Amino acid sequence: MAELVLQARHAMGRKVTGEALVASDGFSARYDLNRLEGVFSRPSHKLAGLSYVDRILVLDTAKGGVASAWMLHEMRSRNMVPLAIVFNTVNTILVQGAALGDVTMMAGFEGDVTSLVPHGARVEVDPEARTLRVLDASGAPVPAAVPRHGETPGQARPVHGPRRP
Amino acid sequence: MHLNDEETAMLAGELGDVPRTAIRHQIAVGDFFGARDFVPVTQAHIMADTESLGQAGVQWLEQLADARTGSRTVRIPTITDPRGTDFAKPGVVGQAEWMLHLEQRAIDAFVRLGVSMTDTCINYQTVLAATRGEHVAFGDTGVVIYSNSVCGARSNFEGGPSALSAGLTGRTPRYGFHLDEHRQATLRVRVDWTPRTLNEWGALGGVVGKLAGNYWQVPLVEGLEGAPTSDELKHFGAAMASFGSVALFHLAGITPEAFHPADVGAERLPVSHRVGESDVRDLIRHYAGESRVDVVVFSAPQLSLYEMRQVAELCEGRRFKVPLLAVTSPQVKPDSDRFGYTRAIEAAGGTVMSGMCFYQSYAREIAEAKGWKYLATNSAKLVNILGGYGYVPRLASMQECIDAAEKGEL
Repeated sequence: MAELVLQARHAMGRKVTGEALVASDGFSARYDLNRLEGVFSRPSHKLAGLSYVDRILVLDTAKGGVASAWMLHEMRSRNMVPLAIVFNTVNTILVQGAALGDVTMMAGFEGDVTSLVPHGARVEVDPEARTLRVLDASGAPVPAAVPRHGETPGQARPVHGPRRP
Repeated sequence: MHLNDEETAMLAGELGDVPRTAIRHQIAVGDFFGARDFVPVTQAHIMADTESLGQAGVQWLEQLADARTGSRTVRIPTITDPRGTDFAKPGVVGQAEWMLHLEQRAIDAFVRLGVSMTDTCINYQTVLAATRGEHVAFGDTGVVIYSNSVCGARSNFEGGPSALSAGLTGRTPRYGFHLDEHRQATLRVRVDWTPRTLNEWGALGGVVGKLAGNYWQVPLVEGLEGAPTSDELKHFGAAMASFGSVALFHLAGITPEAFHPADVGAERLPVSHRVGESDVRDLIRHYAGESRVDVVVFSAPQLSLYEMRQVAELCEGRRFKVPLLAVTSPQVKPDSDRFGYTRAIEAAGGTVMSGMCFYQSYAREIAEAKGWKYLATNSAKLVNILGGYGYVPRLASMQECIDAAEKGEL
């Protein structure tokens, strides 16, 4: 298979390589995530139950309210953050959040990026070149809610302070 | 981005670390969107509840507020969105001491930065509405969409860090809805039915928001009968922003930039969608399920004085079986008290809260603490948000919600 390289119009952050979670769905840190456990939690989301930690999210569009601008920064502080988020269309909030939270972000492609990138593929996101490169499209199925950083779901460090006993 | 002399000095740190941190953040965002320069803004509005900030966000604020050299206070009127608690009544929603402590730390930092703690998401009804053509930096999507669409002001969705940065620098990158070209209609929606209740207005906003689908779409809506009220447009816009991430809509013949629809490019746009009562009913039905109701919430957006009056009238002579929360702003609450609305609501067993918003107040922890799962509300925005927090929300009229509080079911 020929190497697939997609060119983006907008990008920021550092070059990263990782496994892609791909869905034709939206993204909001407040609406869609259980940030304590690092998983998509909205039942109707196409990635529901999957861990987003250290993954490259490839999604259609940014959704929802302004909270994501703080939440990416908070997620970064606990190392419970995606490696990068890639959108067809992005809103201002996710970009502001990526700038504060040091999360690589890319948006604006010729064609639907959620159709072009296979789910589970290994990809490289290079903001300086504004390219998304599919390195390995063989893509093993992505397991659900994978524990990261030695934690298991439900045992993640609290976001705000001590939780109720 | 092109920087003028003052902006260059800010970036060089000549005005201190705080303005430098702020303008660096703004330039990163402006570069992403291809902004050519900055535009001065007259007001900023910061969304910053501590559920969103977490410890890391509060520490970031404290770091700014602790700056010893240079300027560290906002240059323009800068106000806040709802807090994550009503300090007078945290027990009503089962909030823990650590939540209040974190909120207080955030408040202390904001005050030191010169921010006015208005704690409201309806500042366009209670503090100072922006005017047509006024460039502002507003957070809270409901505030932005109302100010852009109904007032004709110019703002992007400014998340907390960006809105605070705008307050500190007095400007924001010139991109998105600050530019004429992004304010033209991109889809034309024909409506053949006009909502009557606030939940129907919210549901219609949700339908249009889903059709629009992303931030850069600007719906032109035609066919509404009469001029909607401020509260109706509040629910309509807040839901459209929530369901579709939309920041600007036009109502043909009603909102200021589309008084003549050709002004927003309507002559080039065919009608792409037709929306009727059945579409609105379908969205409301989507949230219909269990009849059980654990709690009734009026919030998101905070209630205006007139909504408080309506709730109070509907509470007369009732005795509630399940908790009912009516959440308003600190500006409305004193009048609600003076006019007897608070007393009427609380005499029926409800609770009036102010300065917070339900979904910004640790909604997941509230559910755990109070055992609330089945929630009734007349806010389409709220039902859209709460699914991710583990609730099973239902969308109903104000009257139906108050009936549900009395019966414990809907």
